[in-house]
Amino acid sequence: MSAWILERVCNGVPPRTYLRQLITPFNLAAGLIVLLGCPFLVWRYLQGLGVVTHASNDQPWGLFLAWGLFSGVPLASTGFLLASAVYLFGMKHYYPLLRPAVLTGFIGYFFAVVYLLVDLGMPWRLPYPMIRSFGTGSVMFLVAWHVALYLSTQFVEFCPAIFEWLGADRFRRWALRVTIGATIFGVILSTLHQSALGALFLLAPGKLHPLWYSPYLPLLFFISSIFAGLSMVIVESALVSRYLPQRVGLKSLQSLDPLTLGLGKGAALALVTYFAMKWIALAHGHHWALLNTGYGWWFLVEVFGFVLVPSFLFLAGVRKENARLVRWTAVFTIVGVIANRFTVSMFAFNWKLPHREFFYWKELIIVASIVAIEVLTYRWIVNRLPVHKEHPRYPGAH
Amino acid sequence: MKNNRRRFLQGITAGGGALFFSVPASASNSAEYFPGWPDRVGLLMDLSLCIGCRKCEEACKAANQLPPLRTPLEDLSIFERERRTDAENYTVVNRYANPQPDRPPVYVKEQCMHCEEPACASACLVGALSKSPEGAVIYNKNICLGCRYCMIACPFNIPAYEYFNPTSPQVRKCTLCHERISRQETPACAKICPNEAITFGKKSELIDLAREKIRNHPGKYQNHLYGVSEAGGTSWLYLSELPFERLGFPADLGTKPFPEFTRGFLSMVPAVFVIWPALLGGLYAFTQSRKRPETAEQRNQANQSNPA
Ligand code: SF4
Ligand code: SF4
Repeated sequence: MSAWILERVCNGVPPRTYLRQLITPFNLAAGLIVLLGCPFLVWRYLQGLGVVTHASNDQPWGLFLAWGLFSGVPLASTGFLLASAVYLFGMKHYYPLLRPAVLTGFIGYFFAVVYLLVDLGMPWRLPYPMIRSFGTGSVMFLVAWHVALYLSTQFVEFCPAIFEWLGADRFRRWALRVTIGATIFGVILSTLHQSALGALFLLAPGKLHPLWYSPYLPLLFFISSIFAGLSMVIVESALVSRYLPQRVGLKSLQSLDPLTLGLGKGAALALVTYFAMKWIALAHGHHWALLNTGYGWWFLVEVFGFVLVPSFLFLAGVRKENARLVRWTAVFTIVGVIANRFTVSMFAFNWKLPHREFFYWKELIIVASIVAIEVLTYRWIVNRLPVHKEHPRYPGAH
Repeated sequence: MKNNRRRFLQGITAGGGALFFSVPASASNSAEYFPGWPDRVGLLMDLSLCIGCRKCEEACKAANQLPPLRTPLEDLSIFERERRTDAENYTVVNRYANPQPDRPPVYVKEQCMHCEEPACASACLVGALSKSPEGAVIYNKNICLGCRYCMIACPFNIPAYEYFNPTSPQVRKCTLCHERISRQETPACAKICPNEAITFGKKSELIDLAREKIRNHPGKYQNHLYGVSEAGGTSWLYLSELPFERLGFPADLGTKPFPEFTRGFLSMVPAVFVIWPALLGGLYAFTQSRKRPETAEQRNQANQSNPA
């Protein structure tokens, strides 16, 4: 039994060799970042949230949520997008990217919860909205339920890979059977909570700058989660095939470029839709005059620089069959989505207050440390489980 | 396999719809328009009577077992900076310069407004904040998670948080002296005020009283009773000689109760749970039938083009 476990943990090489292999510059750097964050995390739980944040009563949400929840969740829409493409729209040729996408999604949501556990005043009460007291009139209630349910759904969707790794045939068959159901359930949940993250801010009409406050916020958040997720799939698959090529099947490696172009086309479409929606939202609020202010310039940078430009770049990449361009555009698009979520949840929030603090450097250290853990977790799984490459015992299953 | 799949699909569709219909449906109910309990209490503050002695701050701290004042009452330097409520101060008095040069400055006492339909309560995912029938918006520290969405939502920037409490941090704000009210007592601030700037009573009667004051002193007060309709109405009412926007009051709140802002979104939720499964299930069925190869040859081709 212990040999069996050891083999799986050490990835089939002798433990001593495995440990030696662990010492790489990348691992050392990541380990250092993780270690750096640990004392701050301990400090936070011993002395309260105030010692690592600005402890502001006006700006109660800082980097943990802006990054972990508001940026993390749209970037984790990968699983829902690829699952609907493959199962619902019948685009079977994207199948090789499905498992990586589900894994990215699962890890994104899992760590969104981790960030929440850092940010919540009493993290041990996290299950309260599920079991103890129901604030059914609250958008946050919806977010809580949906993140919990969707995390479970993604776990179910990822189960076949886990059971293949463990060699548990019967469980694997059961897990495969519920895939379609889980996919549809996941699409519903995703539609709702991606938009619910935007709807959270509907309750603060006087505080969020009018250029970003709009009754269309839920829709805008949903549409942007589409190009966010597609860009993530593009970047993730590129990184893995570049740095962990031994974990990717040869066939998948060859088919990656055409798939990347296809995803880029999808992202361009979503970006153009989003661009139009942004102007509809602006026109709806009649806030044209505000465009010629500091906030207005940033709004224009966002809408043109981070939305329209990448949509053109994606299209150019697709037309020229330049997968490299599409990949870099995807990186750029991801930056744009993060910029948007930071703007809504921090920079443009409380814009009327004279003195504002956004976040404290200690928050940044904690976030960096969690990101490092995220990357290491992802790589640990990819290095073991049949994510990008089919398991030799289950050919064709992947 | 195919049959199984379809059966599961139907199951999850029906089950998901039923499960979620019940939850968010009640969500939209709880955001229903509610004009307020008939006998609820309120407090009327006549800003022209406030002398800025900060005795109410002191009394509030005593009544709520908060740490005593850090700046003594005599120290007027405290007015040099505009303050907001925090975890140790449920109420603060700020000073605003009077634009008429020969007139004294205006002092404004700020605390939770005890909205009739509170934004904070509709924000809370566990219902830790609620409007009591008597009028107070009260907080249940036993269920609060500390997500601080209530602080994001409050249009008056009132709730504060115990950021330096690691084990049981609470959201802190004025309680309207809920316990004293239940014992038929007057809230501490209204009771201590030496100049009777704060009147405690039934809200309906306070509105009459304030309107009478406006009528009896033509030209003295603004013809606006702040709190009657702001954000759907609040339990605190303010009479002022100066326009409210000059005194730090949010002037652009409108009269819409805040829960309305998310009501549309929440009521859409059950619909999505019903419509989406049907739509997506249909889409799935459609793509399945379209993809089904007709002949052995086609099946072969399809298999080849399918990346394994
Ligand atoms: S003033 Fe703010 S904290 Fe007080 S009841 Fe209204 S929304 Fe809630
Ligand atoms: S901080 Fe507490 S009271 Fe405020 S919304 Fe969150 S759970 Fe509710």
